[in-house]
Amino acid sequence: MRIAITVNGAAQAHDVEPRTLLVQYLREACALTGTKVGCDTSSCGACTVLVDGESVKSCTMLAAQADGANVMTIEGLADGDEWHPVQQAFHEHHGLQCGYCTAGMVMAAVSLLEEIPDPTEHDVRLGIEGNLCRCTGYHNIVESVLAAAQMKKS
Amino acid sequence: MIPAAFDYVRAESADDAVAQLAEHGEDAKLLAGGMSLLPLMKLRLATPTVLIDLGRVRDLSYVRDAGDHVAIGALTRHRDVETNDVLERECGVIRAVAAQVGDNQVRHRGTIGGSVAHGDPRSDLAAALLALDATFVAQGPAGDREIPASEFFNGFLETALAPDELLREIRVPKSGPNGFAFEKFNVRAQDFAIVGVVAARADGATRVGLIGMGSTPLRATGVEQALAQGASPADAAAHAAEGTEPTTDLNATPEYRSHLARVLVRRALEAL
Repeated sequence: MRIAITVNGAAQAHDVEPRTLLVQYLREACALTGTKVGCDTSSCGACTVLVDGESVKSCTMLAAQADGANVMTIEGLADGDEWHPVQQAFHEHHGLQCGYCTAGMVMAAVSLLEEIPDPTEHDVRLGIEGNLCRCTGYHNIVESVLAAAQMKKS
Repeated sequence: MIPAAFDYVRAESADDAVAQLAEHGEDAKLLAGGMSLLPLMKLRLATPTVLIDLGRVRDLSYVRDAGDHVAIGALTRHRDVETNDVLERECGVIRAVAAQVGDNQVRHRGTIGGSVAHGDPRSDLAAALLALDATFVAQGPAGDREIPASEFFNGFLETALAPDELLREIRVPKSGPNGFAFEKFNVRAQDFAIVGVVAARADGATRVGLIGMGSTPLRATGVEQALAQGASPADAAAHAAEGTEPTTDLNATPEYRSHLARVLVRRALEAL
């Protein structure tokens, strides 16, 4: 079937099998490999992207369901050479260790800050409950998200 | 993991979905948010030959004050339930339970109707709707049919919905903004409850729904009867596991689940 998706602002159109997962589509058809496949069972959140501005786990969505939607991946977050505040905050606050969960963690945080612009630490911990970090680097991830909220305000 | 191949069609409306179900037969499945069905398809535990995507049927996404009850469109996402003002005012328990389904990503996609129609005994919302005596409106080729929650859940992943029926609306009697408690016991925050309890006061009685205590969501009838006869929360909670048939899995034995039910019911009743 033919699908057309706007990915990171660019129009994409491909013929796909109906069973193609969104993460597979992004990585294989669009060659955007920043989005990772982690558990592949919608538990870990490594594959989190934004669909029409909201975080979703792209391993548990068909590309066909995103037909006509606006999808944003980690590659689309920066404005040219200027990082998104969440990326900047993860850099400054050491919000990553091995980095495998980072793309999903950052996208989940971007979505969270759209819904709760001035979160408490509790809000952040609840807000990223769908994203697992096997390095258990949660402390600095939470610090990063809180710092990003401050950066976005100023 | 990739699902087995299937034909993909889109429904444009509820009527269209019912017509397509009739056309494609029993091997067709309706796809709402996909948070339950797609994982099953990826594991190839479900292999529908036709998937009818309801994602474009936006007129089944609503929450309406309907006098003595709140009407919720089956395709209303958990996110829209948890942030809804009408529900916060008229049926706070449903709003609060929806806010703890899965995680943000799941709540952005998953729908209340999809969750209920899946018939999972671990569904928080199913137990809450059962406790509140909700009514499910099914649309089939012959028109609409109302199914009381007490007759809806037939077995593990089995409901009273016929293969040619679409769950269209959920009607929840008003129970007010407060007067409820939700206890969810799990290992990781985003997980299904190993055991969960929804307790709510409505119409002068206390209703108690159990999550994860059998092959369907259950009412703790022994607890409700004890409370009606004036038992204290602690005494009533001793009846929490009566009539249940909890299963064994990686997380818990039946004995442990029964223990959890008694503890969580007591906590919920004391918090009411």
